[in-house]
Amino acid sequence: MANVTFRTDWCKGCGLCVDACPKGCLAIASDKINKKGYSPAVMVDQEKCIGCAFCATMCPDCIITVEK
Amino acid sequence: MAERVLMKGNEAIAEAAIRAGCRHYFGYPITPQTEIAAYMAKKMPKIGGVFLQAESEIASINMVYGAAAAGMRVMTSSSSPGISLKAEGLSYIAGSDVPALVVNVQRGGPGLGGIQPSQSDYFQATKGGGHGDYRMIVLAPASVQEMASLTIKGFNLADKYLMTSMILADGTIGQMMEPITFEDAEIETYEKPWALTGTNCERPHNIVNSLYLKPDELEVKNMERYERYKLVEQNEPMWEEYMMEDAELCVVAFGIASRVAKNAVVAARNEGIKVGLIRPITLWPFPKDALLAAADKVKGFISVELNMGQMIEDVRLYTQCKKPVGLCSRCGGMIPSPEEVLESIRKAQKGEF
Amino acid sequence: MAVVFQKPKSLADIPLHYCPGCPHGIIHRLVAEVLDELGIEGKAIGVAPVGCAVMAYDYFNCDMIEAAHGRAPAVATGIKRCRPENIVFTYQGDGDLASIGMAETVHAAARNENITVIFVNNAIYGMTGGQMAPTSLPGQVTQTSPYGRDVNHCGWPIKVCEMLSTLEGPEFIARVAANNVKNVNQAKKAIKKAFQNQIEGKGFSLVEVVSACPTNWGMTPQQALKWVESDMLPYYPIGVYKDRTAAKEAAK
Repeated sequence: MANVTFRTDWCKGCGLCVDACPKGCLAIASDKINKKGYSPAVMVDQEKCIGCAFCATMCPDCIITVEK
Repeated sequence: MAERVLMKGNEAIAEAAIRAGCRHYFGYPITPQTEIAAYMAKKMPKIGGVFLQAESEIASINMVYGAAAAGMRVMTSSSSPGISLKAEGLSYIAGSDVPALVVNVQRGGPGLGGIQPSQSDYFQATKGGGHGDYRMIVLAPASVQEMASLTIKGFNLADKYLMTSMILADGTIGQMMEPITFEDAEIETYEKPWALTGTNCERPHNIVNSLYLKPDELEVKNMERYERYKLVEQNEPMWEEYMMEDAELCVVAFGIASRVAKNAVVAARNEGIKVGLIRPITLWPFPKDALLAAADKVKGFISVELNMGQMIEDVRLYTQCKKPVGLCSRCGGMIPSPEEVLESIRKAQKGEF
Repeated sequence: MAVVFQKPKSLADIPLHYCPGCPHGIIHRLVAEVLDELGIEGKAIGVAPVGCAVMAYDYFNCDMIEAAHGRAPAVATGIKRCRPENIVFTYQGDGDLASIGMAETVHAAARNENITVIFVNNAIYGMTGGQMAPTSLPGQVTQTSPYGRDVNHCGWPIKVCEMLSTLEGPEFIARVAANNVKNVNQAKKAIKKAFQNQIEGKGFSLVEVVSACPTNWGMTPQQALKWVESDMLPYYPIGVYKDRTAAKEAAK
């Protein structure tokens, strides 16, 4: 069981976390826009998350916290 | 009786800097100021200080910037073409409000010019040199004693007002030997809470910086700095008056030119011409009150300089063009003789400026 | 559950101004993580460059100074010579370090100045809007090489690590990349070593991080990281170019 949280307001929607995730748990939200005007990254399949922190490793804005 | 030692002008600067607490010197070789570096290279390692020969004048002034930001008394020295290269760093140091001492032992220019003495960096020193709104305290020694005492004064003022003090000397005084004393030197020390020391995780981080992308912030920063400059202008002008009490003519000269001018003033007095001398010791802040007061008494001024006429513009400005101002100058490394200056005084006496 | 990944303490808790997908943020984080892990945040003094990372002074919680373009190694030298007990690092881009500041870089390395240099190479001038850099690849299209970098006209890109490793002076010269998880983790190890070397007084350590500029390369962040792999890394291979201590130990 792992938990990934995003500081969504600071996300620029670059998608590097989505690409880095080996389990395909993440996506760029198609139905949301944050305060900065970007569509942010979101968790779409919590069950599959293994807490590897690859997403956070590649996040250029340091907005991801991973718990395991 | 104070102990007196015989020293070369350039060495006097170096020794005075050490006595003022300077333990970091960064420089690059250039004639005619190399004795300063040589003296530092010899002395610094023996007193726990740092002498470092940089790869360029640009690097050396930026090392000075770093050391000043680290809260140390630090200096560099160079001569005219080298000061042009340091202009970038001088601007950053001004914009970051850190204190430094920079020595310019001037030589003839422009370009590579020559290696003989000159005063042709007056504009560069007093009006800018680097980009942006800023000032430097400019001190003009006229003797080996003043090379020492103004160096110490320069460090004190730099720390007091968080800006660069420049010693604007020339090759003649740099090479000249005279007996001097260090016993009257007053070393002031100032707290530097803004310095880069490491936060020790006990305070918010200090940032030394000259970048303000928001125009209103940059404007405020510059205005604050100019408030400080105003205090310098109020408190720090230094000048010498010689035979001015009953003078009808006033010679204005600084540095080595003032020594030639003084001889000419004495010679003119022997001919019955009532002439005196005002010698600005600080070129910025310019001793404008002294000049303006003289303008009400004398019938004219003669600016004696080792250039094509640079300080003359300030003499006109600060006497509010109340009286005519003549120029007696040589340049390119040439020095006017006392006779040449005397001839200018004789002409001025006849109303020819 | 325990936190296994979070923002390092040495990185300020403010949003970064970089473009979406710009690896500067990753590299900032790596430096901050190393400051945390080595427990040197309180002793560290950082020197920011002129370029995209100009405002790095706001992002690191240690004492910071902003240098003139290219002069960071000289500024760092001035600080380190005054405060040898502090940990002094520069963070510079390719225009800053390899073009206008090349003299400062080479001589700081030659003096084996005991500082740490983080050199971010993204083969373009980002801050000014995408001009040709000293590290732009042959044929690379930029605003000032609109027909592709013509090496016959404006010369060849400079391989900083290869060049500096010919000097006797420096302790440690390595090239890493910030284009995937494996390389980012490897980059952190090199950055940590570069700081560790300074703590141990070994001298000048430079880590070149091959990075990307999606905005000025005209690519998506994903395409940009792929281009790092396909085009940048063959020209700028990852590796340790000089490690004096390791070489000495190997020679024993």
